[in-house]
Amino acid sequence: MTLGLAFDALLCLLILSAAGLAVCGRRLFASIAFFVTYGILIGISWLRLGAVDVALAEVAIGAGLTGVLLIGAWAAIRRRRGNDGLALDATGAMNAADEAEAGDDPVMPRPRRLVAAVACSVLAGLLAAAVAALPAEVPGLLPAVTEKLADSGVSNPVTAVLLNFRAYDTLMESIVLLMALVAVWALTPEALWGDEPGLRQHARGDGVLATFGKVLPPLGALVGAYLIWAGSDRPGGAFQGGTILAAVWLLAIMAGMARAPRQSSRFLRLALVAGPVVFLGVGLAGAAFGVFLGFSAEYAKRLILLIELALAVSIAATLALLVAGTPVARGGS
Amino acid sequence: MTITGALLYALCGVVLIGVGTYGFMTRAHLLRRVLAFNVIGSGVFLLIGALGRRTAGAQADPVPHALIITGIVVALSLTALAVALVLRHVGETGRVVLPEEDAEEGG
Amino acid sequence: MNALPALPLLELSIALPLAASLLAVAAGRFAANLVFAIGPAMMALAALLCLAVSRHGPLEAAVGGWEVPLGIALGADGLSGVFVVTGALILSAVGLFARRDFGGAPAETPRGYTFWPLFYAMWAALNAIFLGRDLFNFYVALELLTLAAVAMVAYGGTAAALRYLLFALMGSLAYLTGVGLIYASAATLDLERLHLVLQGDRAVLAGAALMTAGLLAKAALFPLHAWLPPAHGNAPAAASALLSALVVKAAFFILLRIWFDMMPDAQSPWLTQTLGMLGMAAVVYGSLLAIRQGRLKLIIAYSTVAQIGYLFFVFPLANGSAFALPWSAGAWSGVIFHALSHAFAKAALFLAAGLVIEALGHDRIADMKGIGRALPITWLAFGIAAISLMGLPPSGGFMAKYLILTSALAGGHVIYALVMIAGGLLAAIYLFRPLGAAMAGDNLPDIAPVSRRRQLIPLALAIAAIAIGPASSLPYAFLQIGLPEGAS
Repeated sequence: MTLGLAFDALLCLLILSAAGLAVCGRRLFASIAFFVTYGILIGISWLRLGAVDVALAEVAIGAGLTGVLLIGAWAAIRRRRGNDGLALDATGAMNAADEAEAGDDPVMPRPRRLVAAVACSVLAGLLAAAVAALPAEVPGLLPAVTEKLADSGVSNPVTAVLLNFRAYDTLMESIVLLMALVAVWALTPEALWGDEPGLRQHARGDGVLATFGKVLPPLGALVGAYLIWAGSDRPGGAFQGGTILAAVWLLAIMAGMARAPRQSSRFLRLALVAGPVVFLGVGLAGAAFGVFLGFSAEYAKRLILLIELALAVSIAATLALLVAGTPVARGGS
Repeated sequence: MTITGALLYALCGVVLIGVGTYGFMTRAHLLRRVLAFNVIGSGVFLLIGALGRRTAGAQADPVPHALIITGIVVALSLTALAVALVLRHVGETGRVVLPEEDAEEGG
Repeated sequence: MNALPALPLLELSIALPLAASLLAVAAGRFAANLVFAIGPAMMALAALLCLAVSRHGPLEAAVGGWEVPLGIALGADGLSGVFVVTGALILSAVGLFARRDFGGAPAETPRGYTFWPLFYAMWAALNAIFLGRDLFNFYVALELLTLAAVAMVAYGGTAAALRYLLFALMGSLAYLTGVGLIYASAATLDLERLHLVLQGDRAVLAGAALMTAGLLAKAALFPLHAWLPPAHGNAPAAASALLSALVVKAAFFILLRIWFDMMPDAQSPWLTQTLGMLGMAAVVYGSLLAIRQGRLKLIIAYSTVAQIGYLFFVFPLANGSAFALPWSAGAWSGVIFHALSHAFAKAALFLAAGLVIEALGHDRIADMKGIGRALPITWLAFGIAAISLMGLPPSGGFMAKYLILTSALAGGHVIYALVMIAGGLLAAIYLFRPLGAAMAGDNLPDIAPVSRRRQLIPLALAIAAIAIGPASSLPYAFLQIGLPEGAS
């Protein structure tokens, strides 16, 4: 057994342990923490599988943003519990909230868990059998991509697939992201429509969060911008870079350095649609010349860069607002 | 990266699908369900990506990578909607489980 | 016409609603008026599409100029054409109807602002599915559809939306896993190429099974239907109309593509019989529960559960090996007719129910005696749509049932014929209850005013459901365009 394989085996073991702890953990916060760890371990496994772009996306979006969403929800639910008139003093409120959490985080009775375990084992077994039946060595579409890579305008094959060969999928995906935000906004209470989303954070001026909020955003903006630019030839791209931009923006907002944009802001809405609009516009312009979403080899690189820049802006705005959520009523503990 | 290594990760993905599905089925807390959904999702992605690494040389098949990145973004979008719905549900009813699960536990 | 092939009809059918959705996000309140431009444009596109298909045969387009398997292909055949046309008509009608609830207010509201981007996104997603040929592209389109649908359900109730979302998420993951296995086997995601290269090995069959399971959850086939009645029953009327008429059909459409275009020879008796039996169970279960409901929208929602069951009769009656048999084309076409006439009729029913709720403030059958006199056009629409749903001549529903029945009897599948007849009778029972209540008594209840013009919308849809019947020969022939081993 080579060292590489041993490492992979150990990594898989860690991944499975983290996943198991995340799923079966007793306390919700611990589960979420294990989930974020799990996401980072998965990111490492992507590195081992030669998928650096995916690793970036997984760690940033799958572990990072998803973790923030879950923790934010956990905190919001706890806050609402605290507001439900539970015990007044600090320790009392904590215990009551814990109790409440355990009360409606029931574990199913043993027989049902056993049935579920058996069913899931059967499912996994059948899937494993299907996987084992697949040929061990298969070129997939790598030859086809390599052949046309020179015509695609970029040299990162994943970017070539995402933004040229299968650009149509990416266009739809950018719409999915935007529509998720619209759907989340649809849940805004009518009285609060148009307000700033999310709970306003109060950060002490000399505290850790405020310091991070001053130091990290410029660095993060640089890294994010680099990732977007580098995506043509090296691992990176609009999604990865855009996520980092979203993250530092959120950090700045949470630290009190910036204010969340209002839902009704015209400028915000334009930023949100900018990416998909540019993408669709380039596509339709291509249609006018004969091929929808067709990039001639000569202009491909510039068009792809244009699309990536616009997409990154929209992705950053959309992701940040997705995490920020809907406006909540001001005045609560 | 040997071919057996790719198979290892593929099987890891399969087990993750099983673990995630188990979590989805056995915990009623809505946030846990969202978490379990994400575990299943990343397991599916790992499976797809690992199967794409069965190429002979040093490079992997880039098409599965593109599909997975798309999938990660889509999964996040749906997770964000799910979380927003859960928060609204808690705000409306005060419960973090769906109504019939509530009745089941005698709550 | 020389201009026809030059217009990128397939791409425009998807790009135009996408553009409208983006415009609605940016332009806010004026979005409600977009339907006056987009509706006719989409109907024209759909008509041109069908014209092109009938003239030149199945259309194809490689998006971005990249041929499969590297790129993504779009395709339109007879099946695509009828669904795109039906979608365009229903979405235009529902868009007009929805302007009252989701537009026109002086100040921007969450509902007014968010409905229209989701509405047009749903339109784009539906067309992407009807014109799609790439398995992963189906996945992305399904997710877009799910997002829009769940958000619309959430306008009416959070728990129903959550349950729908959870089912849909599980379905999507199952579908995606299946796609992954198939790609791992064949190194392509295009339906046509897969048809050529797939061998029915273990991984492929597992993949197809997973995809099917996921799509069954999204199509709400018994026993994975539990999310549908609360979701469709509590959503705003316009949303319910779209959900029952079109959204559930999209998942079924993809199933047709998988089992009739991609791997028609792999349809084992095990699969076809199981799907057929689940379909029968859906018909009986849905109809019986519909009879027991006290609220109009829930009756209509359970009716959808039942009617979806009929769609799955296509598997036992027109399955792979039997496709060459002369009567199986009848079953296939009959099921498509059923899908289309059900779409029109169900949309009409839900819109009519929406008008009743506007008038009365509720939809309890027990308390709506005599409402028929106060809203005559609405209840005329309800009655006409009910005719199609019950399968009475000369409606489209009758045509569909006739085709499926004759095919079932010719193939010796007597049980399906019996279930169809029973289903028709049960439908009559659960539809007569509200109709009877509407006509009962002789008082005129006090109602909030409902505009005449809006009442005409469900009437138009109901008439469309009927019109499919007598006009069926043209669509029937059109449907055959692009059938794999066409037996007509």
